[in-house]
Parts: sequence; structure tokens; C-alpha cells
Amino acid sequence: MAIISLHQVSKRYPGGFEALKVVSFSVERGEMLFLTGHSGAGKTTLLKLIAAIEHANGGTVLVNGQNVSSMRSAAIPYLRRNLGLVFQGQKLLYDRSVFDNVMLPLIVTGQPYREAARRARAALDKVGLLNREKANPVTLSGGEQQRLCVARAVVNRPAILLADEPTASLDAAYAHEIMEMFHAFHQVGVTVLVATHDQQLIGKYRKRVLTLDHGRLQ
Amino acid sequence: MRAWLQHHRLSLAQTAARLAGSPFATTLNVLAIGVALALPFGGYCLLANLESLSRKVSVDPQLTVFLARDAAKVDVAAVETRLKGARGVRAVRFVSRDAALADLGRAGLEEVIASLPQNPLPDAFVVTLSASDPMLADRLELDFKSLPKVAYVQADSAWVRRLDALLRLGRTGVVLLSGLLGIALVAVTFNTIRLQILTQRDEIELCRLIGATHAYIRRPFFYLGSLLGLLGGLAALGIVATGLAILNRDLGALTQLYGADLRLSLPGPREMGVVLGSAAALGWLGAHLSVSRHLLGRGRK
Repeated sequence: MAIISLHQVSKRYPGGFEALKVVSFSVERGEMLFLTGHSGAGKTTLLKLIAAIEHANGGTVLVNGQNVSSMRSAAIPYLRRNLGLVFQGQKLLYDRSVFDNVMLPLIVTGQPYREAARRARAALDKVGLLNREKANPVTLSGGEQQRLCVARAVVNRPAILLADEPTASLDAAYAHEIMEMFHAFHQVGVTVLVATHDQQLIGKYRKRVLTLDHGRLQ
Repeated sequence: MRAWLQHHRLSLAQTAARLAGSPFATTLNVLAIGVALALPFGGYCLLANLESLSRKVSVDPQLTVFLARDAAKVDVAAVETRLKGARGVRAVRFVSRDAALADLGRAGLEEVIASLPQNPLPDAFVVTLSASDPMLADRLELDFKSLPKVAYVQADSAWVRRLDALLRLGRTGVVLLSGLLGIALVAVTFNTIRLQILTQRDEIELCRLIGATHAYIRRPFFYLGSLLGLLGGLAALGIVATGLAILNRDLGALTQLYGADLRLSLPGPREMGVVLGSAAALGWLGAHLSVSRHLLGRGRK
């Protein structure tokens, strides 16, 4: 059964720029796939539509059987709790520790503190940052910061992981490390959708690849 | 339910920590609110003290009925019967001209009295009314004036009525001042919360992305507004209490000269509770306006 399904979706930004033109595809539960295309092809827009950060102008976006395009704004937070988001330029909060950054999604969803702390440490352990839990994120390297973003995205055990250019600013070794993490999540049943233009990385995994070109799916 | 309580506790703790984290700005904000509230509250305190004083003085509304100098004993008795029979009269006390003269003598005017060829004072009745009602006093004053052999009726309540009118004016002033400075409090919290929202913009956007509800995002700001209002209210109580203490020191010297005991006091705990409660409520209102203005309409971001 499809966990994400787009049907004839279009997105036009104010000013007339058409980011997506009649896009249709679906993603099976537990699948891992890549979304690629030149810069400005519409990869980010597509991920934003799935996470209800942007609104489609036409067509339907179904996530977990819910129609995101017609969702009440009060229901959006509950949709997002099922999504792990690793977005470009996603902010870490520098006024608190690494540990507190990972705790945030658990506190937002109202987990009891003890249980939340246990899960936050487990997530930090998974990305190899447990020994840095008290550090301020500003002291982490670029690769470590990205791993922290991944830990924060998966700490709530989301059903779907959406990543937008997660390896863009990383060297090859770090990029590989991050991608391995995503692959590991996929292997335990998480649906993973990674937008990237790094063909080398895509080539390493034999997964379905969606290619966008000027807003159209090839 | 537990999660909800946990978040309330967390929001409150975070808000308190945030206020404590910038003590200078917090103190200035609290002082601005405190001064704005202290003006109407101080005015209210002074009025309440004056009112209780005027109540103490005018417990027994009285009319003094002076008889004509040529009134005979029969006339005096007739007037007394009429006075006692009038509705709204509680007690009638007769002050004979001789007794009145003796009173004057005791008040230190013996020499003056001794130099008089005869007693110039008339007989009089002091009439105590049953209720402190200006209308009743007016009516009885007119009635008594028309009695035979009554020369003059003096209402002792006239100055009380004047004071009453002044107090009413004062109360209106306090209400107007409260309204205006209440708006000032809302404006101060509105702006403080706006700045706080701007400071925390990154955190707010991130919280939205990880599934925070509107209520979750707004809650800390409501706490911030209410807490600012409450602290401002406490500051106002402190300012007014200090002001009254200073006034009492000077007032003590003054009242000693008059042999009276007059002290200005803070109103009771109920009134203070109302001040603190409305300060917190106004702070909440400022926060609500600011949050609606600066946070809503970005729901999908």
C-alpha cells in the first residue's frame, strides 16, 4: 500500500514561477528512493508539499492516507509527527546543548521526560554523538551537525524520513556515512525519500530514482 | 493529560528562566508596568482612606434647630413634641441657652462671656437622623424651618455631601486613569512579546516543522505576558506601600498637632488580589494580541 501518493500535482509560486507541473507518483511503505534533478528542478518544493510546508495549486497529495492539500491547519502538526525532516539549512538551536536539541521533538509531542531522555540518548548513540551530548552544537563540525539533524529527525521514530540534500556541504566520507544511516533506517522499515543531485551516491544503492526536470517527472 | 501538565510546567519554568536570564530588561519592563499601575492604585488607596474617614465622621447625620430668642417654655415643649414626632428622627437632645453658654465657657471663652451683658445664645435642639440620607436631611430641614418659633436650622451634613461629591469626582478620575494605564500595560506586554517572538523565530519555525501545535507554540508567550503583568502588579503594590509609608510619616506629625489619629493604610487582601489578578489578565491580553498578530497566519510555514 502506498504511504505517499501524488496525483497530478502542480505548484506555482506567487510571481508565476511553476515549480511542479502535473507530477504523479507513489511510494510504497518501507521503500527507499532518491529524488534527483538539476538545481531548481523542484525537488525541495516536492518535499515541502509532502510535509505541508507548501500548498499545492492543483492535484492531491496523500500521506498515510490523509489528503495533505485539503488538511485543516490544526491537523498539520499531527501529520508532521509522522515525518522526520532533514532539510537544507535546517536550524539547530545554538542556545542549548546537543542533547536538548534532540529532546525538542519529544517534548513537543509530550513524551514523559525519562522516556524522552532515554530515546534521545539512543538516537545520539545511533549517529555517534552520545559523547558530545553536553556540547553546544556550534562546536560540532559540519558532518557532526548534519548527523545531529538526522538524530533529531528520527528520535520520534517517524514512519517517513524526508531528506533534502542531506550531504550537500559534506565531503565524500561524511556523505557516505550519512547515507548509510538513511539506509539503516530503511532496513528497519522506515520509508526514506532522499533528494540529492549526487549521482555517485545514488549509484551506490540500487534504489528507485525519480528524476525531475523543470518541474516535470521524467 | 500528564503530557499537557508537563508542558505547562516546562513552559512556566522556561518563561521564568527567560525573564531571569535578562534581569535588566525584565526589571525595566516590570518597573514600567509597576509605575503605570501604581498611579491608579495609589489614587484608589487615597480615596478609600478618605471614604472610610468620611464614613467615620458622618455616622450620625444631625440637624441643629435654633429657636427664636423670645421662645417661651411652652413653645420649646411644642417644638420638641413636633421634632420627636417627625419621621426619620432617631433622637432629639435639648441644649438650653444656659448649657450652651456654659459649653462656650469650657471651650476657653470665659473672658468674652463675662464681658457680655446677657446670654446672647438661643435654646436649641440637636436632632439625630435615623439614616445618612441627604434627601431626608433636606426634607426635615425645610419642615423644621417652618415650625413656629424656630429661627434657624443648620444641617451638619452639608460638608459631608460636598466631600461625597469630591470623592465621586475622584473615583471617576481613578477609573479613567485605570483605563488609560491599563491600555499602557497591554501595549508594554504587546511589544515585549513581539520582540521575544522575533528573538525566538528560529525555534518557533523549527517547532512547527517537528509537529508542535499552535497551542504549544503560543503557551510560553501567554505565560510571559501574564508573568510580566503579575510582577508589574507586585511592583505597583510595593511602590504604593512605600508611598503610603512616606506619607504616613508626615501625616503623623500633622495629626499629632490636631490630637487625632489618622493613618493611611493599604486596602485589604481582596483589593490587592484584584490588582494582581487584573495586572496578570492585562498582561495575558497583551500577549494574546501580540501572538495573534505575529504568529498566526504562518500556520503552514
